Amino acid sequence: MNTPASIPPPFKNGGTCRDTPVLKERGQREVFCGLTGIIWLHRKMQDAFFLVIGSRTCAHLLQSAAGVMIFAEPRFGTAILEETDLAGMADAHEELDREVARLLSRRPDIKQLFLVGSCPSEVIKLDLTRAAERLTVEHAPHVRVLNYSGSGIETTFTQGEDACLASMVPVLPSTDQRELMLVGALPDVVEDQAVSLLTQMGIGPIRVLPAPRASDTPGVGPNTVFACLQPFLGDTAAALTRRGATMISAPFPFGEEGTTLWLRAIADEFGVDDETFDRVTAAPRARARKAIANASAALQGKTIFFMPDSQLEIPLARFLTRECGMEAIEIGQPFIHKGLVGPDLDLMPAGPTISEGQDVDKQLDRVRAARPDLTVCGLGLANPLEAEGLTTKWAIELVFTPVHFYEQAGDLAGLFSRPIRRRALLKLEAAE
Amino acid sequence: MKLTVWTYEGPPHVGAMRVATAMKGLHYVLHAPQGDTYADLLFTMIERRDHRPPVTYTTFEGRDLGEDTAGIFKQTCQDAYDRFKPQAIIVGASCTAELIQDDPGGLAETMDIPVPVIPLELPSYQRKENFGSDETFYQIVKALARPMDRTPEVTVNILGPLALGFRHRDDIEEIKGLLYEMGIGINVVAPFDATPEDITRMGAAHANILMYPEHAETAARHLERTCGQPYTKTVPIGVAATHEFVAEVAQICGVEPRKDLSRLRQPWWSKSVDSTYLTGKRVFLFGDATHVKAAARIARDEMGFEVVGLGCYNREFARSIRDLAKDFGVTPLITDDYLEVEKAIEDASPEMILGTQMERHIGKRLGIPCAVISAPVHVQDFPARYSPQMGWEGANVIFDTWIHPLVMGLEEHLLAMFREDFEFHDEAGPSHHGGHAPKPSENGGPAPQTAVTHGGPAPQTPRDISGTGNEAGAAQAQTEAQSSGSDVMVWLADAERELKKIPFFVRGKARRNTEKFATEQGLQEISLDTLYEAKAHYAR
Ligand code: SF4
Ligand code: SF4
Repeated sequence: MNTPASIPPPFKNGGTCRDTPVLKERGQREVFCGLTGIIWLHRKMQDAFFLVIGSRTCAHLLQSAAGVMIFAEPRFGTAILEETDLAGMADAHEELDREVARLLSRRPDIKQLFLVGSCPSEVIKLDLTRAAERLTVEHAPHVRVLNYSGSGIETTFTQGEDACLASMVPVLPSTDQRELMLVGALPDVVEDQAVSLLTQMGIGPIRVLPAPRASDTPGVGPNTVFACLQPFLGDTAAALTRRGATMISAPFPFGEEGTTLWLRAIADEFGVDDETFDRVTAAPRARARKAIANASAALQGKTIFFMPDSQLEIPLARFLTRECGMEAIEIGQPFIHKGLVGPDLDLMPAGPTISEGQDVDKQLDRVRAARPDLTVCGLGLANPLEAEGLTTKWAIELVFTPVHFYEQAGDLAGLFSRPIRRRALLKLEAAE
Repeated sequence: MKLTVWTYEGPPHVGAMRVATAMKGLHYVLHAPQGDTYADLLFTMIERRDHRPPVTYTTFEGRDLGEDTAGIFKQTCQDAYDRFKPQAIIVGASCTAELIQDDPGGLAETMDIPVPVIPLELPSYQRKENFGSDETFYQIVKALARPMDRTPEVTVNILGPLALGFRHRDDIEEIKGLLYEMGIGINVVAPFDATPEDITRMGAAHANILMYPEHAETAARHLERTCGQPYTKTVPIGVAATHEFVAEVAQICGVEPRKDLSRLRQPWWSKSVDSTYLTGKRVFLFGDATHVKAAARIARDEMGFEVVGLGCYNREFARSIRDLAKDFGVTPLITDDYLEVEKAIEDASPEMILGTQMERHIGKRLGIPCAVISAPVHVQDFPARYSPQMGWEGANVIFDTWIHPLVMGLEEHLLAMFREDFEFHDEAGPSHHGGHAPKPSENGGPAPQTAVTHGGPAPQTPRDISGTGNEAGAAQAQTEAQSSGSDVMVWLADAERELKKIPFFVRGKARRNTEKFATEQGLQEISLDTLYEAKAHYAR
């Protein structure tokens, strides 16, 4: 039997964050909708195109979020609904078929097309599932057409990735092979590190979802075991489970400890012995610890408040409290899937408020009352809070930057320490 | 349905947000799904506002649909009033809420909100951002402004500056300066920094200054009708336009057109000999109609450029852009499809683009210098320094901004003289723009020399300054030189020595021309005589 890499301490009063009652709030939410997931998904899936069926608002959101990527012939676009589509003057399905045909004839490199639902397309009940089926037949075998919702009425920010991956699961080929599937779109460099560590332990074959190309799509079946790389993949995990696959539950691979526990859980599943595990992980663990120690000096003893954004909040709070010496005041997530973040919650002693959802004005009142040393929040809130004298870390960067696994552990701590170091560095009071 | 990747304008409710965010003491309750809050970051990031836009979103979710979204709206409206205690509220729907037909205006009316609640009808599937701002400002003015006694002294309102407006902040200061010089007081500037209470005082002004027709023309017309206030038709961007503006203001206000030109440097800068090279530069203009119209005139009459194409993305002003195009003898381009703009630019092959953020990227792709003259713009066009477009200082700013991406006069001259020399070759780009210098020609490095001596592929755009004057001919000659093996050409010692006496920056050209001449003469060796015969030949 293996010894756990790092034994969670039995907390004094017995309570962990898992036992903390969750503060559930609704009201105004200062968050992105799931359409934003397209920004990183389209980079990862190289022969996929994401066609949002939406309004000018949706197109405007994508362009605001994608910034300069827009100018690089991106593999996404918005089919903007027009007055005639709504008034029933045009058959929306015919219109859609026409747009898709035109798009595919111009982009023969596209092998997977995602029809992405938006609030407007959902409110007018445009049946994109049917459209996807119809278009799949029409464009087979060259292109496979799938659909999911990235709308603001159904999804928050990273949930767009979950909805996208979950839409692929039912059409994954069946396999009886015992394979490890890593689930979640990570930057290639990070994904390669994960695969390499596991391979060195003799674990394989390893598949990834999403695959970079349609032709590499992994299979799934009763002998598939999978591990999520991201905490926001609840629906995808459920869909894989429905296909008979088994989930390996673990804390998420942030920081040295998180990465080790995540690898350990997979190693245990595949019967890797302690000696092999230590041989493979010892050097990168030491490197990560050292890098974190350097980058986290400014974080020791500082308080942190997470506003909800991506569902990465709980695992990151676990990393920052346990490995960087921070104290969490409130950890807000747009949605809490205890089946996924449970192991992270177990590692934190009860204390911080755990909140789900948002009523932004009330939450801001709590931020102001607590005056945390660092507030993690979205770009709509960051500058206003800075102007109130609070230090912020804007959350979106955590999704766009490589932050998982050992080699990025120092960078991850650095993302949080930089704003604090900057505040200490700038001597602007005299000018204000 | 229309496939879109990039849009010049956001949806109309973003226009309404720009009015609300510009103002103080006003709150916008927007019936919208979660996710539409993305628009907040345009203000907090691009414009770097230090507070949240005064907008509360109802944030309804899927499970609320078919239940009580109207109730959510009313609750949100009440909460927003209780928390922010604004002087007035505007209410409206984003594109999604428009579809669920809750009628925010009607709902708000049934509530007991003790301040004016102004409903907005913004058709999201037909209109866009500029319509949204114009309409919102109009509705606010219509609801709050009333005819009243004029101020005893001559005052005006300044209409149109908004949040997220291209240089609106500094244009206001310029306008104030122009008015100050004529002894005209300011009654209200709106929407920028105005409160709803300020709007109620607008009727006291003698006239209105319409800064940006896109954002305030409807309100200006309304005030003309209801309060009898004339409004200015000239937008003071450019020197001539500013003179006309001053004359127009003086006339409608009955004052002397006094102006202080002591800081106006643009006309002299443009006349000075270093600017001679600007003559006839072919420029393409695109942006919002107001800025394009102003820029076209500056380009032709104040910079001496040739306008080879122009257009705008806001259809509301299509007619005036067509008239303008006729005046300039070019085909107007009215489109909101950037691919069409790119195509038109490619076809016109200008030497410079004056446009928006999008044209800046088109310019980058096509290797054409670009300066920004209109929204939409990115964070770098909300500068910390004072940079108006209007008035005298605006003219100075425009001169600097437009010529900045161009190669400087003397530098261009040197480039033309020594264009095949390796430090100076055409593709090195302007020296003051190191970060932007395009790559050397594709075959790498200082192409011209290697190309000839080693028989590599010819540079992409071989040009001839040798006197034959014909680029195609030069290219052909060069290819011939290569195929006949100029790399085996032998330089005799005295010729070689003489060549070294030629200044380094023309040496390469002299060598190539001589070799070309020798090849044409069927020579294998170059003597001192060959060198001078070649020189004479090309000097012809
Ligand atoms: S929240 Fe809805 S309407 Fe708004 S951008 Fe997202 S999908 Fe489009
Ligand atoms: S620096 Fe000048 S040339 Fe370069 S992108 Fe900016 S404006 Fe254009």
